[in-house]
Formats: sequence, structure tokens, C-alpha cells
Amino acid sequence: MIKVEKLTKTFGPKVAVNGVSFSVERGEVLGFLGPNGAGKSTSMRMITGFIPPTSGKVTVGGYDMVANPIPAKRLIGYLPENAPLYGDMTVHGFLDFAAEMRGLRGDAKKRAVHRAVEMCFLENVLYQNIDTLSKGYRHRTCFAQSIIHDPDILILDEPTDGLDPNQKHEVRTLIRRMGEKKAIIFSTHILEEVEAVCSRAIIIDRGQIVANGTPAQLKQKSDMAGAVSLVVNGVAASEATQKLGLIANAKKASVLREEGSRVVVRVFPRPDSVNGELARNVADLASREQWRIEELHTEEGRLDEVFRSITLPETVTEERK
Amino acid sequence: MQTAVANIWTIAKRELKGYFASPVAYVFIVIFLLLAGFFTFMVGGFFEQGQASLRSFFLWHPWLYLFLVPAVGMRLWSEERRLGTIELLLTMPVTAWQAIVGKFLASWLFLLLALVLTFPLVLTVNYLGNPDNGVIFCAYVGSFLMAGAYLALSCITSAITRNQVVSFILSVVACLFLILAGFAPVTNMLVQWASPWLVNLISSFSVMTHFDSLQNGVLDSRNILFFVSVMVFSLFTTGVILRSHRAG
Ligand SMILES: Nc1ncnc2c1ncn2[C@@H]1O[C@H](COP(=O)(O)OP(=O)(O)OP(=O)(O)O)[C@@H](O)[C@H]1O
Ligand SMILES: [Mg+2]
Repeated sequence: MIKVEKLTKTFGPKVAVNGVSFSVERGEVLGFLGPNGAGKSTSMRMITGFIPPTSGKVTVGGYDMVANPIPAKRLIGYLPENAPLYGDMTVHGFLDFAAEMRGLRGDAKKRAVHRAVEMCFLENVLYQNIDTLSKGYRHRTCFAQSIIHDPDILILDEPTDGLDPNQKHEVRTLIRRMGEKKAIIFSTHILEEVEAVCSRAIIIDRGQIVANGTPAQLKQKSDMAGAVSLVVNGVAASEATQKLGLIANAKKASVLREEGSRVVVRVFPRPDSVNGELARNVADLASREQWRIEELHTEEGRLDEVFRSITLPETVTEERK
Repeated sequence: MQTAVANIWTIAKRELKGYFASPVAYVFIVIFLLLAGFFTFMVGGFFEQGQASLRSFFLWHPWLYLFLVPAVGMRLWSEERRLGTIELLLTMPVTAWQAIVGKFLASWLFLLLALVLTFPLVLTVNYLGNPDNGVIFCAYVGSFLMAGAYLALSCITSAITRNQVVSFILSVVACLFLILAGFAPVTNMLVQWASPWLVNLISSFSVMTHFDSLQNGVLDSRNILFFVSVMVFSLFTTGVILRSHRAG
């Protein structure tokens, strides 16, 4: 539904987005990650047709965004960053306006507004002036605007920014549910959100895509992915690490903590190690040595670690030293 | 075409509602009426003239609009850009020119409303004597067109900057130029060191020249064309400026 080819945007000498290509199909929820100033919002502005790309191409539902913007924009619902709103209107007046701009009239308009209000829990503030709303409600009002015409494509720039934990949960559930039938791109700084909602994630840094895959695939990139953590009792830390380090497919073992007679150790796999094999070998070793194991599990890898190692290579390397 | 009209109307309606949701509209209308009355009766000497006409009323319009119209127009685009709502507006399925025309139309209609509310003056002169209502109508049309021309200039300045004060000042200066280019004291001065054809050319760009003939009851297509072209040109320029901002 959305196809982005070699998208580039420069502001004067500054390259904000640099040769970004990807596509999103119906039924996909694409998470857009990246540090501040990476170019997430700029990319979204180009995809929604707000700013023209310096070069490259955006195709939405088969329509070229530059050559044929109106039918392309009809398909899109867009929540801009910081949820801009007309402060002098009431929530209802604003949603009414948004529905009318989407070509809805009469009964269809009423139903659309009603539906959006219900989905975003805005009943309480329906006739309140937007200027007097709290930040979370402002955000929800703008979100309601983006789904008012039940679009095939949703572009959401930090949709959970400023929401309370309950609302964050609601919005995630909503995005996941809508993602079954729509193509959704959303940006976020909350990594758990990516795991909870996205079918695929893109990490963008300094204008370029640096990682693209399912959350599980991204987590694999973590150093920790596949490592085995265990808590053993009744063995010296040095002995444990030494023996664990000798396991065929272990790269190294290191002690994380010692708590009295318990030792927390993590064993890192060699790159060619098959999933689960390391854990089995560790368990075999423990039973041979008659260590008392209190806990043993294979790490999945953590997105925040992947994010850091990809977008901050220098610092992470230094920390390792 | 139908959707274009519908879009323009939706945008204009929202804008108009915005005026009346805040005190701006009421303050503006009251001040406009007070000032118009003040100039007509106190400065213009409406009663002393002893004539049943609204000359002393319309005479002041170019000067009255000089400050009041930019006050209405200054926020048109600067506010949209400052609040970021322009991003919302222009990612909806409307073209930029529909948005520009819609917003312009809303404020122009608002000015029309203020102008229409001066109708008691028309009733007064008709009660006092036998004015030429054709001339009065013509002058109203001229005044409305002039307001539109000023407003379109304010559209440009409001697109240039996010700052409303800057936008206001720029548009007052631009409107002042449109007045002075044909203002008798200025043209008399120019004549002394510029050739007459040049002075004529300059004054043909002035709202004074064109408003004068409409005020006198001459509904000349050239005058109307002048105001309409100022508006079309200005709205077009507004579009170019808005596009250049987005292109970065
Ligand atoms: N209109 C503009 N003029 C000049 N530079 C701009 C403009 N818009 C964005 N930039 C620059 O482009 C870069 C990318 O900005 P963008 O807003 O896309 O980042 P982002 O990934 O959304 O960041 P954040 O996580 O903070 O929202 C930034 O360095 C920013 O300063
Ligand atoms: Mg951003």
C-alpha cells in the first residue's frame, strides 16, 4: 500500500533523510525507531505529502504522492508530531470539521464522529474547548481526527506521547487491532511498544535505515541474544565460569553477581551455535558437576540494547572496554 | 469542481466559526463601527456638508482599512504555521489553493459583515434627504473590493512569517504603499521631479485612484478588474510562499 523509494530530503546543507526505501502492505504495522533528529518525522511528512521530497518517490495505494496527491491523501489518516489542533474549537466541532474535510456529510458524518469519539474515549470532553484540554486529551483528539474516515493507511507520529499508562495500553491495542486490516506506520521512542504492536520495525539513524526486520529478528542482533543466564548454588564463581567457558559452543562466560553462595552467570554463545543447544549443554554440565541450579534460561536479546549498539556504536564499544 | 467548492466552504466555515468563538470578532466589529462613525461625523463633518450623501463616510475607508484589515489578516497563515495546524490542513485531501481561497474568503466575508452593519447610515441619509442610492451601492462595492485587496496582501505577509506582529506591520506598510501611490499630496509632490506618465503609472497601482471612481458611482470594469487582479496576484503569491516553506 505504501511504497517509498530512495526518499531523500535536504534542508540547506543538512541531509535529514537519505535514500530511505521500504514498503508496507495491508495487515502490517511498521514501527519507526530512531534517535532524536534521525529523520522519522521528516520521512512521515513526505509520505503524507506535507513536504515534497528532494528526490525519491512515495507511492500510496498506487498513486504517486507528488503527481497525484489528492487521491493518495484520501487513503491516509495522519497524526502529526505534537498533535496540532485548532484551539478555538470544541472537540466535537473539530472532529466535525475533520469529517467534512474527508467528504462525509449528514448521517455518515455523525456516525464517523461518534465512532471516533468512542474509540478514543473523548465523551467527557466532547464540548470542551480544545485550548483547555490536557495534553493527553489533545493527543487523543488529534488521533481521533486521523481515524475519522476509517482510512486504509495510518501514519502516526508518536501516537502514545503524553498518554497515561492505561491510555497507552488502549492505543496500542487499537493500533494492533486496526493493523489487521490497514497498513500502519508509527514512530515511537518506547521500545516495548514495538514488541507489543509491530509486525516489523525499521531503525533509522542520521537519515538512513540501519536495521529493518521483525522485532524478533532485530532482537537477534543483540549480543545477548541466545546467551544463557543461570543461577547456581554451591560452587565457586571462578570454577563455574572456567568450566562453563569450556563448553564447545560457548564463546565466554562471565559472572554477573554473587549473592552469598549463589552465583549468577551468563554464558555467551559462539555465532554458529544453534538455538537451545547452549542451554542444553549448560544443563548437562551442571548435572555432571552436580551443581544446584536455581534458574536457567536463554536470553531473547533486548531491543534497547540493539537500538543502542546500532545508533551509538562508539559509546557502546567504549563501555565494553 | 463540486468537491473544490465543498472543501473551500468547509474551510471557510471553520475559519468563520473561529472568529466568533473568540472575542476578536466582536471587538473588531465594534471598533470598526465606532471608528467609522467617528470619522464620518466628527472628522468628516457629515452634518455640516448639508448633503444627503455618504461621501464623508467612504472617504475614510482606505485609511480605516489600513489598520483594521491587516488586524484581521495577520493571523491567517502565521497562526497555522506557528501551531502546526497547516500540517493537518494540507495533508487532508485538499489542494493548497482551496485552503488559501477558503481562508481568504472567510475573512473577506467577515469584513463584509462589518461593512453591512453600517447600514444604519444608509437609512439615516435616506431619512434626512434624497441620496443617490446607486452611488451609495457602488461605493459599498468599491469599499468591499478594496478590503479584499488589502486582505489579500495581508495573506502574503501572514504567509511570510510565523510572527503575527511582524505580519501586521509588513501588511500595513504594503497597504500604505497602495494608498500613497495615488494619494493626491504624494502625487503632487512626485509630479515635480518625475515625468507625468510615470506618476500616472504609479498612481494606477493605487487603491485611491480606483476607489475614487467607484465612490463617485462609476462602476467601471477597469476598477473592478484592478482590485480583482490584486487579490488573484496576492493569493497566488501566498501559494508560492507557502510552497517554498514546505520545500525547505
Ligand atoms: N523545516 C526544517 N528546516 C531545517 N531542518 C529541519 C526541518 N525539519 C527538520 N529538520 C532537521 O531534520 C532532521 C530530522 O528531523 P526530524 O524531525 O525528522 O527528526 P525525528 O526523527 O522526528 O526526531 P524526534 O525523535 O526528535 O522527533 C533534524 O536534524 C532537524 O533539525
Ligand atoms: Mg519526530
